[in-house]
Amino acid sequence: MGKEIAIKAEGIIKAFGARTVLNGINLEIYKGETFVIMGGSGCGKSTLLRHMIGSIKPDSGKVYLLGQDITGLPEDDMDKIKKRIGMSFQGSALFDSMTVGENVSLPLREHTKLEDSIINIMVKMKLELVGLRGFDDLMPSELSGGMKKRVGLARAIAMDPEIIFYDEPTAGLDPIVAGVIDKLILDLSQKLNITSVVVTHDMGSVFRIADRIAMLYEGRVVEVGTKEEIKQSKDEIVRQFISGNPDGPIKFFQQKDNYLDQLTK
Amino acid sequence: MNIIETTGKAVIGTYKHVVNVLHLLFQTLSWIAIGPLKGKFPKRQSIFEQMVFAGVKSLVIVCFVGLFTGIVIAMQSAYQLAQLGATIYVAAMVSVSIARELGPVLTALVVAGRVGAAITAELASMKVSEQIEALDTLALNPIRFLVVPRFLALLIMLPCLTLLADIMGVAGGFLVGIYNLGLNPHRYMDVSFEFMVWKDVWTGIVKSVVFAITISMVGCYMGLNTRGGAEGVGKSTTVSVVTSFILIILFDCVLTGVFYFANM
Repeated sequence: MGKEIAIKAEGIIKAFGARTVLNGINLEIYKGETFVIMGGSGCGKSTLLRHMIGSIKPDSGKVYLLGQDITGLPEDDMDKIKKRIGMSFQGSALFDSMTVGENVSLPLREHTKLEDSIINIMVKMKLELVGLRGFDDLMPSELSGGMKKRVGLARAIAMDPEIIFYDEPTAGLDPIVAGVIDKLILDLSQKLNITSVVVTHDMGSVFRIADRIAMLYEGRVVEVGTKEEIKQSKDEIVRQFISGNPDGPIKFFQQKDNYLDQLTK
Repeated sequence: MNIIETTGKAVIGTYKHVVNVLHLLFQTLSWIAIGPLKGKFPKRQSIFEQMVFAGVKSLVIVCFVGLFTGIVIAMQSAYQLAQLGATIYVAAMVSVSIARELGPVLTALVVAGRVGAAITAELASMKVSEQIEALDTLALNPIRFLVVPRFLALLIMLPCLTLLADIMGVAGGFLVGIYNLGLNPHRYMDVSFEFMVWKDVWTGIVKSVVFAITISMVGCYMGLNTRGGAEGVGKSTTVSVVTSFILIILFDCVLTGVFYFANM
């Protein structure tokens, strides 16, 4: 099967100070699929996502985005690629000095020479896609968390991107809103054939949306596979993560000192 | 040993900040120079909005500070000059010291407290809520989009505000001279302009341009390099205002020295 590759990570290593966050990541993400990167808090999954969108440069290794090596790409070329991707942020990251409509229309106004009337129609269409048509004139501070995330998503798809990155799209939302967001992600990838890369640790969401899943642990990819392969994984780490078992190879306590020593010191 | 170590760290830390701020200034200037050629200059509307915020909304406080500074200098110098029977020279005292020194410096300090703090707080809260990163992923350069309009707005408005403070300061001195010291209004204005020459005014304007660059660069740099939530926003804002204040006084001293020794 000659599937086209949308994103490829090759031996990415990244350290912040003395702490190595990513320790040799190799991944291939195909065009049109929904790829989920899961792992515990602090395992480096958000950092990996930021490597893929070029906002962090790796210490060593290469990232190919839409066929181009983006490590060390000049800003003008990188901007061209950035216009072909969209990113939905964990905290939605809406510009709070602008209305919902202005947020969604900003990339269109800045990057295209379209007439205002056409931009307005496009904004309405994007807001309709996320179920928020008619909210154009509200300020972000007037919206709930779930609505903000959906506006963030509308802004991310404003330029009709080929790839959308989601950072914890369902974190902190109630189950129904989380379900709505999951459905949106599925809709976008199925209807518009967009490649989706989702970083999350919400297991319900993972099995609803994923075509393929990668499990990240301590800066390494432990396993990559389809939903079924991951569900039936023999790997101790993957099994513990899926079942949410406190006992297993993934340690909750990260202190190196002995507890008794610390108490009696 | 410990003192040497701490001092060394502080010097290296400061050096890094200085290099980074100069780098930011360089990037800002190159966006201003190259931006229009690439059709990527900031929207006129956003520069205009910043000019209204930095300039028009500072009018009242700058007038207030200028007027009362003029009144204070007039009264303080009258107290001394009266002993020599030369109260008419209050006019010269007020106009020259306001134009050369107090107009530009006090205006810059007021604007650093009002506008510099607001710039840092706004950019800092955008930074900690991922909005700066969001701009970047939308292929909108934060320097072009956020720093350049603020830089240009201050660069244009601070000299204007300084001129206004100069005028209000002279007016303040005039009020004291006429109503308190009983001087002849015409004579007062004649003496004012006899002693205040063009170079007094333009050296003051040169100072205000340097202060505008200082306030906008420190404000933007501190804002864009904020970390750590609401606490970080507060910390950055404080550091931004304090740094601007110190640098304004420092650069004022340096520039006054340059103008003095260059015989200007």
